[in-house]
Amino acid sequence: MLSAVRLLTRRLPSASAMAVQTRTMGTSQSFHINTPDNTQETYFDFTEENYKLVNKILSKYPANYKQSGIIPLLDLAQRQHGGWLPVAAMDKVASIVEAAPSRVYEVASFYTMFNRTKVGKYFIQLCGTTPCMICGSEDIKKTIEKHLGIKNGGTTKDGMFTLLEVECLGACANAPMVQLNDDYYECLTPKTVIELLEACKEGKPPPMGKWGSLPMNGQVSCEGPLGKTTLWEVLPPKVDAERFKDGKVDPASVKEHMSY
Amino acid sequence: MFSSTAARRLLPRSVGVTSTSSRFASTKGRADLLAGAGAYGGLADQDRIFTNLYGEQDWRLKDALKRGDYHLTADIMRMGPDWIVQEIKDSGLRGRGGAGFPSGLKWSFMPKDSDGRPSFLVVNADESEPGTCKDREIMRKDPHKLIEGCLLAGYAMRARAAYIYIRGEYFNEAVVLDEAIHEAYAAGLIGRDACGSGYDFDVYLHRGAGAYICGEETALIESLEGRQGKPRLKPPFPAGVGLFGCPSTVTNVETVAVSPTILRRGASWFAGFGNPNNRGTKLFAISGHVKNPIVVEESMSIPLRELIEKHCGGMRNGWDSLRACIPGGSSVPVLNKPQCDDALMEFDDLRSKGSGLGTAAVTMFDNTVDMVGAIRRLAHFYKHESCGQCTPCREGTSWLEDILIRMERGDADKREIPMLEEISRQIEGHTICALGDAAAWPVQGLLRHFRKDIEDRIDDPSSFDPDKAFQYAWSGDPFDNKEWVEANGDKMVYGLPK
Repeated sequence: MLSAVRLLTRRLPSASAMAVQTRTMGTSQSFHINTPDNTQETYFDFTEENYKLVNKILSKYPANYKQSGIIPLLDLAQRQHGGWLPVAAMDKVASIVEAAPSRVYEVASFYTMFNRTKVGKYFIQLCGTTPCMICGSEDIKKTIEKHLGIKNGGTTKDGMFTLLEVECLGACANAPMVQLNDDYYECLTPKTVIELLEACKEGKPPPMGKWGSLPMNGQVSCEGPLGKTTLWEVLPPKVDAERFKDGKVDPASVKEHMSY
Repeated sequence: MFSSTAARRLLPRSVGVTSTSSRFASTKGRADLLAGAGAYGGLADQDRIFTNLYGEQDWRLKDALKRGDYHLTADIMRMGPDWIVQEIKDSGLRGRGGAGFPSGLKWSFMPKDSDGRPSFLVVNADESEPGTCKDREIMRKDPHKLIEGCLLAGYAMRARAAYIYIRGEYFNEAVVLDEAIHEAYAAGLIGRDACGSGYDFDVYLHRGAGAYICGEETALIESLEGRQGKPRLKPPFPAGVGLFGCPSTVTNVETVAVSPTILRRGASWFAGFGNPNNRGTKLFAISGHVKNPIVVEESMSIPLRELIEKHCGGMRNGWDSLRACIPGGSSVPVLNKPQCDDALMEFDDLRSKGSGLGTAAVTMFDNTVDMVGAIRRLAHFYKHESCGQCTPCREGTSWLEDILIRMERGDADKREIPMLEEISRQIEGHTICALGDAAAWPVQGLLRHFRKDIEDRIDDPSSFDPDKAFQYAWSGDPFDNKEWVEANGDKMVYGLPK
């Protein structure tokens, strides 16, 4: 009898066995483990300011499809909560959109942008998919790992940096690149990525360029290091207004016909 | 479906390619670039749609109006929804999101009478296909083209509103787009009585949260409704039951953004570029081992080699160092060097070569790349992004990666090569959405063109040197564009002396 109990307890998955999952989404496992700062009893509520945003977000969707707001609200909650999403925040969102909590849990565990465990102040997401990989994302990864002394998926001891290799971030012409919290740092080399990390350590990551990203080789955006090859002479397009003079359909009648 | 021999038999093509070798030298001179305007590349500047692609002008409404946006919008709307759909059909525009479905036809599926439900236009801005970064440039530099496109395309579908689903990682792009939507509302260009036409049309922006699968139309709708992005079975098609249970059409950003210019300049203008069935201009995003990775607008049917040599300064070690090319985003099979030599960047020619145009995201691999490793990384991508709904895809993508990891090291049996092929065939076509096919095709392309690499490595694992195949950081040639950047970078570029 006793041995059977011992067998059972041994078979219970330990936390370390759980960590070795074949399919993981985002930074953590696809299930929840209680930690002192992340239980269902933990307090979470949106700030008054964010409640205004909550109402603004919900106004975009039909009144009977409040659930559409789950993803934007989870994102808002994560931003308010320092870059990660406790289970209490999911419960709060569920009550706001009037859905069962499990509806929100399944969404939060499906999408990679929701961090269900703590991440560093600077969350480095390194694009590692093939177009970036052949442009040296593994070189960049090695550099970051060596410089910060962490492995892929790890957080530095001071809680400043988390490194995670993610899938295509959609800046392939500016490969290799990392996403630091919301911002894209592109066209990296081992040298510039160390400059980036050092700037972050001082709390001053380089500001974004003109177009909401920062290629770190001197480019402005997608024009390539050697510069653009087209659009030297831009004229307003030639439009023949005569073509539209016989328009007889009143758009308002279309609206009425569709009973809007 | 892309069985190359069958496709070749069906589509015998002999396309007259204009001589391009004379322009191959690394050219930046304006005269060289303007020479040879017309079809098959050499698009003239006045025929380009995205004139702010490199961002010399502002994205705001004031500059957008200067570029010709919102010009005669109300007059075009008075021509009626059916006229707009016909014009798009005549222009030969095919969907720019990968599948290449004729846009006019797609728009015409929307109901012309309401049964009480409103119709919606859903714009797919969930650009996650590896290699693809074209919609991003539209959204951050020319957002008003997209918003005007929403109004015209939405009106052509008799839709009540448009939802733009932008991928969550594009945060700064979403900020610009959101601001542009506010500007358009404030100027009366959308909202009540849009552009003074009498039609009411709303545009909403919805940010996703990081899932490649949400680029599939029904998964996108599921995600917009606040659920996991798991594709729905079709039928019912979205044009019947889509977003919020109402008729909807999901279209790519580029398709929507080019439509106002097509309508203004006429279907025949747009149809003047490219080969029959492959009309128009297209944004090409080129990445990989080229000297000047760039996003550029060119006419369809431009030869691949001309595209690379003209806009990207060629391969970093010359054209002969080319090993392979993925011509349309990771989901299409790779091409080998002989195929690249005479490939045209269009749906039909690439299809006849056993690949596809996809999103026109070209990734170039030179001979330093280990192709087995490159495709193994893609297999990892599909494993990570499979939504887990259909068993062949959920399990099969893991198997593909597991086998390729071993094959990369040469730690496999030769009998596993046909097994790998078999697995990919069993995934392909046996899933609800096209992600299964997309996961299978790169592997099939690898087996078609690089089987010998795998066999050699299995014969002699020590012949593979991982250190030699290791890829060091490469983002093009050393920076050499100071003058232009100083003029157009607003002093916000990195590395400028403060």
